[in-house]
This record gives sequence, C-alpha cells and structure tokens, in this order.
Amino acid sequence: MTKIKTHVLCCGGTGCKASASDEIIATFEKLLKEKGLQDEVQVIRTGCFGFCEKGPIVKMLPDNTFYTQVKPEDVEKIINEHIIKGRKVTDLLYLDPENKQHVADSKHMGFYKKQLRIALRNCGFINPEDIDEYISRGGYEAIAKVLGEMTPQQVIDEITKSGLRGRGGAGFPTGVKWGLCAKNQADQKYVICNADEGDPGAFMDRSIMEGDPNSIIEAMAICGYAIGATKGLVYIRAEYPLAIHRLQVAIAQAREYGLLGDDILGSGFNFDIELRYGAGAFVCGEETALIHSMEGKRGEPTLKPPFPAVSGYMAKPSNVNNVETFANIPIIITKGADWFASIGSEKSKGTKVFALAGQINNVGLIEVPMGTTLRDIIYEIGGGIKGGRKFKAVQTGGPSGGCLTEKHLDTAIDYDSLMAAGSMMGSGGMVVMDDTSCMVAIAKFYLEFTCEESCGKCSPCRIGNKRMLEILNKITEGNGTMDDLQELRNLAAVIKDTALCGLGQTSPNPVLSTLDNFWDEYVEHVVDKKCRAGVCKKLMNYVIDKEKCIGCGKCAKNCPAEAISKTNYIAEGHKLPSMEIDTTKCIKCGACMSGCKFDAISVK
Amino acid sequence: MAKVKSLAELKAMREKLQSNLDLREKSNNPDSMVQVKVAMATCGIAAGAKQVMEHMMEKADQLKLSIVFTQTGCMGYCHAEPTIEVKVPGKDPIVFGHVDNKRADEILEKYVMNNELVEGIIPVNYEKI
Repeated sequence: MTKIKTHVLCCGGTGCKASASDEIIATFEKLLKEKGLQDEVQVIRTGCFGFCEKGPIVKMLPDNTFYTQVKPEDVEKIINEHIIKGRKVTDLLYLDPENKQHVADSKHMGFYKKQLRIALRNCGFINPEDIDEYISRGGYEAIAKVLGEMTPQQVIDEITKSGLRGRGGAGFPTGVKWGLCAKNQADQKYVICNADEGDPGAFMDRSIMEGDPNSIIEAMAICGYAIGATKGLVYIRAEYPLAIHRLQVAIAQAREYGLLGDDILGSGFNFDIELRYGAGAFVCGEETALIHSMEGKRGEPTLKPPFPAVSGYMAKPSNVNNVETFANIPIIITKGADWFASIGSEKSKGTKVFALAGQINNVGLIEVPMGTTLRDIIYEIGGGIKGGRKFKAVQTGGPSGGCLTEKHLDTAIDYDSLMAAGSMMGSGGMVVMDDTSCMVAIAKFYLEFTCEESCGKCSPCRIGNKRMLEILNKITEGNGTMDDLQELRNLAAVIKDTALCGLGQTSPNPVLSTLDNFWDEYVEHVVDKKCRAGVCKKLMNYVIDKEKCIGCGKCAKNCPAEAISKTNYIAEGHKLPSMEIDTTKCIKCGACMSGCKFDAISVK
Repeated sequence: MAKVKSLAELKAMREKLQSNLDLREKSNNPDSMVQVKVAMATCGIAAGAKQVMEHMMEKADQLKLSIVFTQTGCMGYCHAEPTIEVKVPGKDPIVFGHVDNKRADEILEKYVMNNELVEGIIPVNYEKI
C-alpha cells in the first residue's frame, strides 16, 4: 500500500467557501485521481485558517506551505509543481507587504507569529465533519477524565481556578457561574450555548462552530456533568447554515460513538444536545431574551434576578455560556487550570479571539493571549493600516463598546483595561479605522444599529436612543449646537442607569467614548460646520480651483442640480472662463469631481 | 459504529486513529524532529526516489522513528540520484546519494538512530541563503 505523503488542507469556512473553495477541493480530488496520486495525497476540508483577507487558503503539509487566493484553475499547477516536482508555486505564496518577499512557511508570517491558538486549536487543522480527527487530537478525553476521575464540584473548582471568564463580552467568571447553577436543586436543568453572535463584523463563534464543533459538544457535556444537567441546547442564528450543518453532523457522530446520549462512556451519566434556531435579533444574545426566544416567546429581556441559574429555560435552572467560552473548557480540563492560568494577564486569563475588520491589511480571525497590546494586534498581526494611511481609532465591543485611540495603542488588552479605557471586550469584534473615518458618523452607525435592534420593551432604550440618534443626525447635518453635545451626555447617563438589560445599558457607549476621545471632532461639526474626514455630506462643499479650471464645462454638464455656471475670470494661460459651484444649489453628489480631468475640483 | 464505553477504549481509539493525523501533527513542529527531504525531480523519480521514499517511510514506522518526510525538487546531484537530505535536530543537514532500499535502511538504523555515518555522503558544495 502506498503511504500518504502530502496533506492538502483547504479552508471550508464560510468566507473561503464563498470564494470557490468547494470547487478547489473538487478540482484537487479530480486531478489527483487522474494523475493516480489519490493514494499519496489526502485533501482535507478544514475550518477557518483566520487569514480571510487572502482566502481561499490552501495549506500543504508537511512543509507548511501556505498558498493564498487560490483559484480553481491554480490547482493543476499546485499538483504539477508542488506535489509532483516539489517546487513551490511562488506567485501563490503570501507576499510580505513590508519587505516584498514571498513567505512560504506560515510560521514565518507576521499574521501568525504573535498568535496563540487555544479556542481555535483545531480550526484549520482538522476536518470538522470527522469526529475521528477530533478524537485523534485528544478529543473527548476531557469528558472521559471528568466522568472517571472528578466530582462535579472538582470540575467547577478547576474551571474557577483557571480564571476563565465569559467570552461573550461581560467577562463573568465561568466557574462561579457554573457553581451558582449547580447549587440549585431541580428535576431538570439545562446547559445553554449562546451562539447568537450579533455584533456587526463579528464572526468568531461562527468560525469555531464551523471549524471545531466537537469541542463545543464536549464542553457542554462537561458543563452538564458539573451543574447536574442532562440536556443541552444550542441557540444559533438560522443565518449560520454551515455552522448549523457542522454541529448537526458532529452531534450525530457523537451519538453514534455513545459520546452523547445515555450512559456516556459507561459512567451512567446521560447528556444530549438539541439545536434551537434564532431569527437573528441582536437582543437575543442577552441571556434572558435568548431563553424567552427558545421558549417560543418574544425575544425580550426580563429583569435579573431571577438569574437563569435559578430560573431559566422553562423556569428551570439553566447555565448560559458563549461558544468561545465553551471552546476553552476541554483543554482546561486536559491541560489543567494552572496551565491556563499561566497564560494572559493578571485578571484575564487565557486568550481571546478577535475578528479583525475595517481599514487593516490582514482582515481575519486571530487569537492572542490576553494582555497583548493593540499595537501588536494592529501592526504585527494585522499588518498595519491599508494603503499606509494613518491609524485613527479601533472600535471594540460592537454596539456596547467604544473607540480606542492612538493613546491606547500600548494598552494591554484585557477585560479590565478595556473597561478603564471606556470600551469593553465584547464578543471580539475589532474594527480598525483610519483618518477617512468620521467619528461622529461612526457613533451614529452604531446607534442606528441599536435603534433598529432595540426590542422596544423599555423606554430608555427604545426612546432614549432614538432621541440620541436624532441629535447625532442634527450634528452631522450641520445644525448642531454645543447644548446638543451636553444633551447627548445627559441622555446617555439616563439610559445607562435605567435601561432594562445589558444591551440597553451599554448602548450609549459608542457615543460616550467618541465624545471623550474625539471631542474636537464633535466641536468641529457643531461650531465650524466641518467634517475633517469628508464623510458627513451635508458639511462638505465642492470647490473649483479657478486657476486649474480650463473652463471646458464638463462639470456643468454632469451636474444634475444645475448648480455650476461660468464666471468672468480667465486664468493665465487658459482661453475660457473658469466655472464655479453655487453651494446653495449643490446636492453634493460628487458627479462634477469624478468627471473633471484637470483635478480642479476638491472637497473642502 | 460501536459505542465507546470507557476512557481506555477512547484512548485505544485515539492511538489507532492518530497515525492518520501524524503527518499534520509533525508539521506543527518540524524543527524538533528528524527531517528527511527526498529529491523528487524527474531524474530522481526515474532513478527510483519514489519507491525509496515509500520504503523509508515504512521502515521508519517499523523502527518507531518520528520523521517528517518531505518531497522536494531537484537538488542538483543528478549523478547520484536518488538523493536525500537528512537533518537531525541540532546538526547540519547531510546529503546522501545513490540511496536504494538497503542504504535507506542503513541511514535510518545507523545514522539517525546511532549517529554513525554511512557511505554515500555527498559533500555540501554550495551555500544556501
């Protein structure tokens, strides 16, 4: 029998799938067969590699060659050159933007150098639809250890000792949460996995479920044993079809092996998992709203207490944890709390997965130890700002978080330092902005999101945010006053104090943090009626440079508002009089500027 | 599919399955392992490199040696194909020429396991950047 000499790992995450990774895999399989290499080369569809910017990714093992932006038509070349002749296909390798050199080995790429992958340990390494691959990496040994050697209290103590905190955003100690639920006696308890990932730009949880669904299943079973529950429920958005599919496959395979169901591993412990689909409402990420939605009721939050640990799903004690939190559990059990607690910062242990997005070179999914600085994340891993522009701010924590600025670049990122800087960890969305972003408009964007997603149950969130949005609209349209800025702060304080749920209470954060960090920009909008980034259209004026204008009249022809006319001024060296824009008629569409061949029109 | 009934069974299963992932696990940390690169250009393949590589992989399994085997391109020693480069951690890589099954066994048993040099070494005559 011939031996397999090469493994070809193809990314099968949603991002790469959208850019033809399925076709790449099919082409590999077809061509390998044609060339009689099917017994020597194994093609594996994995989860996300994280380097989504350059997808689809194909990684060749054992030599760790990392091919980026592979197209189906490149497959033949990879087979002929790399697999048959052992030569790397240089033009598909990652090009280091700094020294313009091709990097073959992914270990040498800046993107991966500073990462530490714990929650993503199997993502992009195993085939998520094959439980055998999970098992051969030590999968399900944690649940076996728990069932065989530990009491439920010991499990809770171990998790508490590890210092793991909720990765959904608020950072509540996971072990403590489990302990609260374990204390309550009931005929039925529930383990709930919160997979309702709703922050704009966040896709950490989806990638974990797509790349390593078995780790979630195993962790939920461990949690069930610890708190005394036999039923697990995953609340997942219906808009994550691939994650749902992979979870279903994994659950079915785990049941077949008897790793879910009755009498798991001969221990007498029973546990099974069902999926519940959400319709994608942001508020359903809040645990009480999530539970109501699962019960078939309106997805609205209720006051805590009672906490879900006392009265949750179907009024039974329930423990809700986020996907990434669960992904850390099995490895804490197998490697020990001390190992986990040795990673990270003083009060935040372990790592955090971030979805890096915005004006950054390496958009993608990253995992770094807690306490990594923003500078390392943005410049080392993220590869710096797109087009070499200037860094302005980074938004973390989604609609509940805030913006951090240059002065925070060397802050070590963890739950507490982000709080202190006026933002929050959130679920891990990280949107990087350069100087073309207007901070007032950014605050407005998040507030628009909150207004749209507010469930409407309590008035501070429903009406208060609406009023704040109206004020922001007024400011971006050039009608704001200094009093409005004060009013924003007043409203924000009231909403923070009085909104019913965590989402409402944190909804003014994007406005507050931009007011704190970009006060000048707000004042500019209000007093000078200017938007320095050129984003707020109502505050912009198109101006024609009369020295550069040759008077061809193309702009006047393009103008849909008939706002451009001839002047009496003829510039030196020109034959025709220059044009000018009547700003009272101008609708700021930009048609004049895009049509001008002489660079005579600019935005002021 | 049979149900897994105990930790021992799970571990046995892992043991059995592990070889499928072996190649991937090894590539996580190739520098700490013995690496064998087999020159697989046209001349190498014609001289039997493929078959030698196959044989070596099996032999390494028999001897329970953890080795990363990589196929590589032409090394330039066309007079001595099949050629392989063996890199033991902490030592300079050594290139062996005219490697047939017998010499392959010798390399594994003598050089890799006991650090005895065997015949067929090609002196390195260039520098790599």
